[in-house]
Amino acid sequence: MPYIDPHIHMVSRTTDDYERMAQAGCIAITEPAFWAGYDRSSAQGFYDYFRQLTEYEPKRAAQYGIKHHCWLCINPKEAEDPGFAREVISIIPEFIECDTVLGIGEIGLNKNSKNELVILEEQLALAETLGQLVLVHTPHLEDKLKGTRLILEAIANTSIQPERVLIDHVEEHTVREVLDKGYWAGMTLYPDSKCTPQRAADIIELYGTERLWINSAGDWGPSDPLSVPKCRLELAARGHSAELIDTISLHNPKTFLSQSGKFCTE
Amino acid sequence: MNQQEIIDKYFQEHRAKLIDIASFLDRVDRCAENEEDFRVHAMKKCIQELLVEQSNRAERILLLLSDKSSTPVDQASTKGASGAVPLN
Repeated sequence: MPYIDPHIHMVSRTTDDYERMAQAGCIAITEPAFWAGYDRSSAQGFYDYFRQLTEYEPKRAAQYGIKHHCWLCINPKEAEDPGFAREVISIIPEFIECDTVLGIGEIGLNKNSKNELVILEEQLALAETLGQLVLVHTPHLEDKLKGTRLILEAIANTSIQPERVLIDHVEEHTVREVLDKGYWAGMTLYPDSKCTPQRAADIIELYGTERLWINSAGDWGPSDPLSVPKCRLELAARGHSAELIDTISLHNPKTFLSQSGKFCTE
Repeated sequence: MNQQEIIDKYFQEHRAKLIDIASFLDRVDRCAENEEDFRVHAMKKCIQELLVEQSNRAERILLLLSDKSSTPVDQASTKGASGAVPLN
């Protein structure tokens, strides 16, 4: 059965993963710009990364029939130096018109610092000016609750419509607030942190499927590029309908992403 | 799924996780130091919370492990997260 993984960092994965995802039914992915596991030494490093995301990865994915799209930004882990972050932000408009760029992301907060917040606000302003969709990273572990609230406040201070923003990595303590304010919410399926497929299934049973999706956020750390089909299996094992499973893992991503005017699965 | 089916499907897996926690706490005890690490202390608080007969256990545990402050910190001194905050 076809599915979309709307958040995965394929630059960190092998081509074998593309093959296994295709075999499991993946027809499209979107790849937000993120931290490489080390700080880049110059804005030129991001220029090369954005070229990788817009030129190279779509070709690698296409070999397995998977449509590849991306999001561009400077991630919060490299936003502590505002001068450097602004240099990177200045590069983004050059790439934003590419056919496969869906918007600004994954912006957000990491340690909830003042500088991270300033750079988040500046990238929200960029999305506002350029009329782009926004994909938001919420912080890890003990920082998530506070960070999510600071992020929601920052977005509320812009004219960006909530239905054009996806707040990612929600868990049981943040999902309600995100959905109640009209945003889309993403559940990331990780083996050790964030949601397991079982917990994501629990959240779906508690909150329904409206404006909710699942993703693997597969990257260079402990993560599983097949976690979306595993969650589909979990839902099926609990007796949920094929319609519900397709809504959460295919139709909902398509609905949100199609607002970009660029997203396609063929 | 009814309650019996849920228990049949998931009990063994969560029994194993429970023993993992017990084993982890034993391991920490074997290397006991004077002051308890704030993360281990938080974990023990969470275990107590699990026994409160009220729904939303996952949400309550996550809240216990969360920073409840509301203003941005001056500077990010690290990139990582520890998974818990000091609790009284």
